[in-house]
Parts: sequence; C-alpha cells; structure tokens
Amino acid sequence: MTAFIAANMAPLMFAALVAFLLVGYPIAFSLGAVGLLFAAIGIELGLFQPDFMQAVPERIYGVMTGETGTTLLAVPFFTFMGLILERSGMAEDLLETVGQMFGTVRGGLAYAVIVVGALLAATTGVVAASVISMGLISLPIMLRYGYDRRLAAGTIAASGTLAQIIPPSLVLIILADQFAQPVNLMYRGAFLPGLMLAGLYALFVFAVTIWRPDAAPGLPIDAIADREPDGSRGLGSLAVLMVVSITIAILAMSGSGISGPDRVVLTMALAIAVAFPVALASRLYEQASGRRLISKLAERVTFVMVPPLFLIFLVLGTIFLGLATPTEGGAMGALGALLLAGVKRRLEGNPDRLNWTLIRDALERTAKLSSFVLFILIGARIFSLTFYGVDGHKWVEHLLTSLPGGLYGFLVVVNLAVFLLAFFLDFFELAFIVVPLLKPAAEAIFRTSAEAVALAKSLGLSTALIGGKEQVLDVTPFVVWLGVLLAVNMQTSFMHPPFGFALMFLRSVAPSQPYADKVTGRMTAPVTTGEIYWGAIPFLAIQLTMVALLIAMPSLVISGKQVDRGAVAPAAIEQRLDGRGISLPGTPPPMDGLKPLPPGTPAGPSLDFSTPPQL
Amino acid sequence: MQGLFKLSRGIDRVTTAIGRAVSWLLLAAIVVAVANALARKLLGLGSNAWLELQWLLFSAVFLLAAPWTLKSNEHIRIDIVSSRLSARQRAWLDIAGHILFLLPVAALIVWTSAPFAALSIAQAEGSSNFGGLPQWPLKILIPLAFGLLLLQGLSELIKKVGELRQDGSPP
Repeated sequence: MTAFIAANMAPLMFAALVAFLLVGYPIAFSLGAVGLLFAAIGIELGLFQPDFMQAVPERIYGVMTGETGTTLLAVPFFTFMGLILERSGMAEDLLETVGQMFGTVRGGLAYAVIVVGALLAATTGVVAASVISMGLISLPIMLRYGYDRRLAAGTIAASGTLAQIIPPSLVLIILADQFAQPVNLMYRGAFLPGLMLAGLYALFVFAVTIWRPDAAPGLPIDAIADREPDGSRGLGSLAVLMVVSITIAILAMSGSGISGPDRVVLTMALAIAVAFPVALASRLYEQASGRRLISKLAERVTFVMVPPLFLIFLVLGTIFLGLATPTEGGAMGALGALLLAGVKRRLEGNPDRLNWTLIRDALERTAKLSSFVLFILIGARIFSLTFYGVDGHKWVEHLLTSLPGGLYGFLVVVNLAVFLLAFFLDFFELAFIVVPLLKPAAEAIFRTSAEAVALAKSLGLSTALIGGKEQVLDVTPFVVWLGVLLAVNMQTSFMHPPFGFALMFLRSVAPSQPYADKVTGRMTAPVTTGEIYWGAIPFLAIQLTMVALLIAMPSLVISGKQVDRGAVAPAAIEQRLDGRGISLPGTPPPMDGLKPLPPGTPAGPSLDFSTPPQL
Repeated sequence: MQGLFKLSRGIDRVTTAIGRAVSWLLLAAIVVAVANALARKLLGLGSNAWLELQWLLFSAVFLLAAPWTLKSNEHIRIDIVSSRLSARQRAWLDIAGHILFLLPVAALIVWTSAPFAALSIAQAEGSSNFGGLPQWPLKILIPLAFGLLLLQGLSELIKKVGELRQDGSPP
C-alpha cells in the first residue's frame, strides 16, 4: 500500500486536487490543503526531508515580491481603473452617443454595443464594467425596438468579454505571469486577434440582419435625439470631421517608422487630438454667435471619444512605445481615470461622477478582488511546491508530450480541455491551476517537435542542431502564441452557461419582471435566463472559430520582426526593475531578473526544465 | 455558546476594520507607481526602493484584506456541486472545510512563518536589490495575516455551527 502511494504520488495528488476543488470550498484554501496534506504524506513516507514545510513561507514571500519578474501588481491598478470608469458613467456616455451614430442602420444598436465593448476593452481590463452598463442602457432600448432577445443578450455579454482579450486585459497579465513572459509581448500578440474577434461579432450581427431582418431592426428616425436646424442628423459633418482628422493622423504617422499595434493606438490618439480642438472651437463659437461650425452630433461624438482614447493612449500607447512598464501604465491609467472623472464632475457640476464614497467603494472592491486572486496564487504555489517535489510536472509533461499529432495534437487537445474546463472553472482558476501544469510540456513540444521546427523556419525564427536534432532556439514567440490562444479560449469561461460571469452580470441587470417601457409605455416581457444562455451559444462558436483560426495562422500573433522589436526596451526594463534573481527551493529558477538585456536579444526567460528542481 | 458568538462578532469587527483600512493603501501604491514612473522617465531617478514600496503596500492590502474577504464570502469557489445542496448541507460543507482545510493551513503557515520573520528581524535583512528596502516588514506580514485568517476561520466556524443549531433551515 505505502509502496503504491509512494510510486503514484503525482496522480494521486492530482485526483485529490480535483476532488477537493469540486467540494466547493474556496479554492485558495483547498489548493493549499492538498499541497500540505501530500507534503505530510511525503514526509511520512520519507520522500521529503522533515523540514520540507519550511519552504512554505519562502513561497508566500516569493508571491509578495513578484518573484516571477512580471506584473501582478498591475491587476489592482487596472481593476481600480475599470471600477472608476464604471461608476463615473463614462460607459453610459459612450453607449448613448455611439448608439445615436449607428441608430437607424439595421442592427445599429448591436454594432454600437460591439464598438463600445471594444473601446472599453482597450481602456480597461474588467468585464463587469462593460456588461453591466450595456445591460442597463442598451438592453432596454434593444427590447423597445423589437430586437431578438437572444441576439441582444448574446451581443452584450460577448462584447463585454472583449475586455479579457484586448489589452490591457487582466487575463493577459496573469497568463504572462504564469508563463513567465513579459506582459508587453502578450499585449502585442493579442491586439490583432482581439480586434478580429470584435470584427467577427459584427459580421455575425450583419449575417443576422440579412437572414432575419426583423431580429435587429434599425431605430425609427424619431428615436434619434440630436437634430440640426434643417432637420438632418448631421452625419455629413461627422463624416467630414472623421475623414479629415484620421487622414491627418495617418499622414503624420506615415514617416514615423512605427508599425503594428503602436501605430494603431497612436493614429487614433492623433486623430482625436486633431478633432478635439475643432469641436471645442465649434462649441465656443456657438456660445458666442449661436451658430455651429460642425453638427451637434459630430461635436458630441468627438467629446465622448476623448476620454477613452486619452486613456488608451495613456495606458497602451506608453506601454507599446516602451515609455512605461505595464504596471506603470496601469497606475497611470488609474490616476488618469480619476482625473477624467474629476474633470467631468467639474464640467457638469455633477457630484455623482466622482466622490469619496465612490473612491472608497472602488478601493474596497479592488482590495477584495486582489485578495482572492493572490490567495489562489498562494494556494497554487503551495500545491506546486509539493507537486513538483513528487515530480508531478514530469508526469504531466510525459502525458502531454506523448499525445499523438505532435504540436497540433497538443494544441487541439489542450484547447479542447480548456474549453470544457471553462464550463466549470473561471479564468483565475484555469490560469493558476492549469497553466503551470501545461507549461513544461508546452515548452518541450515547442522546442523539439518537427512541426514546431518547420513552423519556426517559415516564420523566420532561428533553429539550431542540438545533440544531432534540430531545435527551436527561442520558444518565446510560441509561448506567447499559446498564451493568446488560451486567452481567446478562456474568454468562453465568461460566456459558458450557466456559470459564465458575463451571463451572471447580465442576468443581474436585465429585467426579470414584466415592465412598462419608459418611452412607449408598452408592457415588455422580462428577459428569461434561457434567452441569455441561448444568446451566448453563437458567440461561443465564434470563439472556437477564432481559436481554430489562430492555430491555423500563427502569424496573426507572431512574426519574427515583431518579436525582436517588442522584446527589447520595456520588457528589459520591467525585468530589471520588477524582477528579482532569487532562486527559491523547489522552484525552477526564475528569469535572470537583475541582468539588463542587451538590445536585440529576445527577452525570453532562460528557464531550464531539463534539471529537476532541488528540494 | 453566547460567549462564542460574542467572540465571533468581535473578530468580525476587527478584521472588517483592518480590511477596509488597508484598502486605502492601494491608492498610495498607485500614486507611488506614477511618481516613480515619472521620476524615472523625466528625471532619471527611478529606484528599487520605490518599486519595493509598491509591492509592500500591495502585499499588505491583499494579505490583510483576506480575512475580511473570507467573512464576505468572496474567496471564489467551484459551486457546481455545492449549488445543488441544501443550505444545511452547505453549512456542513463549510464547517468541514474550515476544520480540515482552512484552519490547519493557516495554523501551519503561522507556525512556519513566525520563525521565518523572526530571523529576518534578527538579521535586519536588507533587500537583494540595490537600494532596496528592509525585508522584515514584508515577512512580518505573513504570520500576521495568516494569524488573522486563523481567527476569522474560527469566527466563521462559530457562525456556521450557530446556523445549524437554530431550528429549521437558515434563510
């Protein structure tokens, strides 16, 4: 019996983990309990030294000092920022105005939800904020004008989850931490796929409007508020202003030599910097003479786009350009959000925009979220201390590397597993429990499998003959690719009935009783939970399509050029300043944090999994 | 039992007050991070002490807010099984979890981390980074936080047992 236990510690521990987690006790403590229970068994069986437990405080201390060299510190910053934006009403302003812009188009409100979802996503990293405000504002309007309820609910829930894939998402920060990659590389890798997802959502809405026009009708013109004196909506003026400012921005950027996500972000920031003075001049001119330079709609759209684009520039722009580390970007975004809310309060004389109660509330919610997230991490680190001690990582690696189909077999199996697990686990659980188990196997497969070597060559990454076998030299781009794949996949954990967070948030704000519509006075039936669940299904299919697309076309995430450029400045800074070169017992050595990297070197961590961790 | 309830209420009051108070340190961490970023970029004055201060503040927040988070039942669970149970069964489950998982883990961490922190104080341990902060304040936080968590676990246990002893199923 004891011989059997001693020989099968890893599988037994894994089975115990599943059982302990399913019981339904807070997982942070369940994880820690499994770890310590098996440590005790291991000591009893003579597998570990009696002082094995002394490593536990070291593990916790490691979490408290950001030992992996990346940026969990950004988690509270981005959370706080998202809460401030939610409470100060920025999402509402955006929704109303963008809804006006698209209103009369068939499916227009759904497009507005997707656009605002993507904009909010690029501003913050929190799902709750967008889903709740869109559920409160857009859902009643969509119901009023006869949108298909499932389509309305699904679009809102899915657009809200864009916050988890478009940088600066919390998911990407935590995945970067767990994969020991610079956050900034994950951000770059996820930028295009995130935008593509928003595009696919819009394409789906478009298909619905063709196939079933009455499922997403355009708003009647009477429902649009702003009118010019001549009765027109002022779309012409808006179009001219947009075309002119975007053209100027594109021209200004053409000689800059900046490409990729940085260029997109900077172009948007420049365009709004051009449009804003025009709108301001028009407003002042109107106050002086009673006439406007541009239409009211154009003015309103410009003013409402300033805060999100300013924040996107402040956060993503500075991170992409290497001016700030992701942590600093998060802190600046948090302070920027406070500043914007303060300006709004002053301009509108509305104390609801920002006050001490609002700040305290946001801080307290952030503190609790940080606490449960970091405690899961602490629990997972205690678990892995023992799990690595019994060579569990080798057991999992062996299981995964012996899958048929090499690289693609691995990716398909892993993604299917994560998709299924996402029905029961949310992304924190997936990221902290599943990712550390995958990582060693993933790196081994990316380094040596024939498909990975072929792929590396086709993407222009270097390979070399090591021990008579061709290997990929730097697996960083592949790990980032896997990270983005998992991020798109884990987005489904927010949309899976019945436990998906986005669905629960939407449920909490969608009408659950029949109500009289505010405008038409007609009695409106409540949105049923079933409608919310069914609405999510097509968007789950879109997520899976995107995962398949990314597996088939890795160049969407990685290109040799992007990797080299992205890895240099900010990543090196983040490592030097945030990282620490402490090697903990039982941990694979963290990245060599204190050594600044020479420019041009990809900043991949030098993890060596060929040697077991010393205990 | 009345005495125990009183103890439980006292513990809840203390941990809630601590949790709400430390939340404000997040605002301090944000300000420190921005100030450090600007000083580094504009004046070339970034320092490891400022970076470590952010981690110290953040650690104080997430560690010392943990008992309060437990009290508010906001540590996440996988509720696929427990959502099908009755309130009484869930109360039993929590009691078992507190006794078998939380209390032993918290006690073990207090027991191992107290000497860990004491050693750091005795050695006046400095940072492994150039210009960093002393490390003992960080290390003291571990036994402190898990000690409070242990107390909160006791308080939760008392409340759950009280729930079960009441007649009928609690709301």
